[in-house]
Amino acid sequence: MGTRKRPAKKIKGGQKAAAPKVEVKVIEKIPKLTDMESKVLKVSQKFEKEYNFSLPVKVVQDIAKVVSQSGTKASDKLISAMVKKAYEKVEKHLVDPHESVGIVAAQSIGEPGTQMTLRTFHYAGVAEMNVTLGLPRLIEILDARRTPSTPVMTIYLKKDYSKNLEKVKEIASRIETTTLIDVCDMETDIINMKLRVKPNKEKLALKGIDREKLQKEMDRFDDCEVIDEGEDIVVNLKMGEDIKTPYRRLMVLIEQIKGLKLGGIDGIVRALIKKDADTDEYVIYTEGTNLRAVLQLPEVDVTRTTTNDVLEIYDVLGIEAARTAIIRETSKTLDEQGLNVDIRHLMLVADIMTNDGEVRAIGRHGVSGRKSSVLARAAFEITSTHLLRAGLTGDEDPLDGVAENIIVGQPVTLGTGAVHLIYKPQEKVKKGKEKKDKKEE
Amino acid sequence: MAEFNIFEHEYVPEHYLVDREEEKAILKQLNLTKDQLPRIKKTDAAIVALETITGEIEPGRIIKIVRRSRTAGVFVAYRVVVV
Repeated sequence: MGTRKRPAKKIKGGQKAAAPKVEVKVIEKIPKLTDMESKVLKVSQKFEKEYNFSLPVKVVQDIAKVVSQSGTKASDKLISAMVKKAYEKVEKHLVDPHESVGIVAAQSIGEPGTQMTLRTFHYAGVAEMNVTLGLPRLIEILDARRTPSTPVMTIYLKKDYSKNLEKVKEIASRIETTTLIDVCDMETDIINMKLRVKPNKEKLALKGIDREKLQKEMDRFDDCEVIDEGEDIVVNLKMGEDIKTPYRRLMVLIEQIKGLKLGGIDGIVRALIKKDADTDEYVIYTEGTNLRAVLQLPEVDVTRTTTNDVLEIYDVLGIEAARTAIIRETSKTLDEQGLNVDIRHLMLVADIMTNDGEVRAIGRHGVSGRKSSVLARAAFEITSTHLLRAGLTGDEDPLDGVAENIIVGQPVTLGTGAVHLIYKPQEKVKKGKEKKDKKEE
Repeated sequence: MAEFNIFEHEYVPEHYLVDREEEKAILKQLNLTKDQLPRIKKTDAAIVALETITGEIEPGRIIKIVRRSRTAGVFVAYRVVVV
C-alpha cells in the first residue's frame, strides 16, 4: 500500500557479500531518573488528580536540578510547594481546548519563511559540496519529495576507526562509487578496433583494486576479448558477421567500459572527509545517499549516521524515525538562517505529516488534498474539480471543519465556537438563585 | 537476525507492543477510540524489527512509543498498527 518501491540495492564490489547478522532488540534511550528526580516525580504525582494532568518529565528534572544545586537541604514541604507552583505555571501555558494550533504553526513558520534566502550556499566547511538550504530546502522537506535536490549523508564511524585518518580514508574510498575511468586512462585505436586501458597504479592502490579484478570486470562483455599486455590492458572488439556497424559498437563499448563500476556503494557519488572540531573525530560526508547499504558496513556507527532524505529514512528506519528526521531537518534549516521558530510548531507539522503511518506532503497531494470535507478541499485548490466530483457522486458535508463553516457563513468550530452552551432552567428555582449548566459537546 | 539493529539509531524511539489487556485503559486515559490514534503500518521498518522479538503483530494492536523530547523530556505516544 503506497510504499515506494526502490530497486533492491546490493553491495557489490569491494564489500563482502554477507554482512554480519545482528540481534534486534529495543534499546532504552531514556536516561534513568536520579534519586532527586524520582523524589520530585513522586511528589508531583500527588497533584495529578487535582490538576487533571501530569507534570512533564522535563519540568520535574528542572526542579530536581535546582533543588540539588542549591546545596541546602530542601524540605519536603518546600519541594511540594515548588511542584504546586510549577503545576500552576504549566497549567497556564497549556494550549486551550479548541485552539487553532495548525494556523498558529502555519503563521509561525510562514512569517520567518519570508525572510529566508532563495539561494543555495556551499556547505559550511566542506569545500565543493553544494547543499540546498533556506526556503527551497524547507519546501522540499514539507513536500516530502522522493529525493532531495542535493542528497547528502553524514556518516559517523565507530570509535575504533573514527580518529585514524588512514583507516577513514580507506573506508571512504570503499563507500564512494569507483568507475573504471576514475582509475585508468583510455586510448582508442579506431584502425584496429582496439581499446587500450592504462591502469594508474597509484589510483588503483588507493581504491584497493587489483589488475586481476579490473580485467575480470572488463571481461563481462560478450563481443570483445581482453588481453593483458603487461603495461596496458587491451580490449579487442570481436569482428563477427552479425555486427553490421563495428564503429558504432566500438563507441558503445567505450562508454560501457568507462562507466564500469569497480567498487563502492550504489548511489553514492562522492565521499569527503571532514574533521569534527568538537569531538576530534573524522566524519564522512557523501554526495548521494544509500542509508541501508551504509548502515550495513561494520565500521559505521549505526546510532548517528543519517541522510537528509526523509523518505529514505522512512523506508529504512520507519515512520517514527521519519518524524524525528522531519523535525531535525526543518529546525536545522531554520536555525541556519538565524530564525527562531518554536520547535513545537515543527513537531506539529511532523506529527501531521506522519499521522497516517506514511510520510505525506503538506499540500494538494498530501494533507490538504485528503481532507474529508468537500468544501474544505474546494477552498484550497482545484475548486471546480472537487465540486464537480462531489456533485456527481452526491457527497455529503457534515460541516465539522473550519473552512466549510466559513463558506456557509456559520460560526467556526474553534475556541468558543466549538463549545455548545445549553441553558437548562431548573424546575423549581429559589428566588434570585439561577443555575447555569455548562455542557460541552 | 538482521543486518543491523534499527533500534540502535538515535532517530528511532523505543517501540513496545502493548498487551491486549492494557489497551482499554490506555484508550480510556486518552479519551480516544482506536481509529483516532495515529497509525503505523504493518510493513513499517520498526514493526518488522519488533516482530522479530514479539512474534507476528496483527493489525489493530497498539504500539507504545517512548520518545525523547526536547520540550517535555519524555513523551509517550501510541500508534495503532494498520495494514
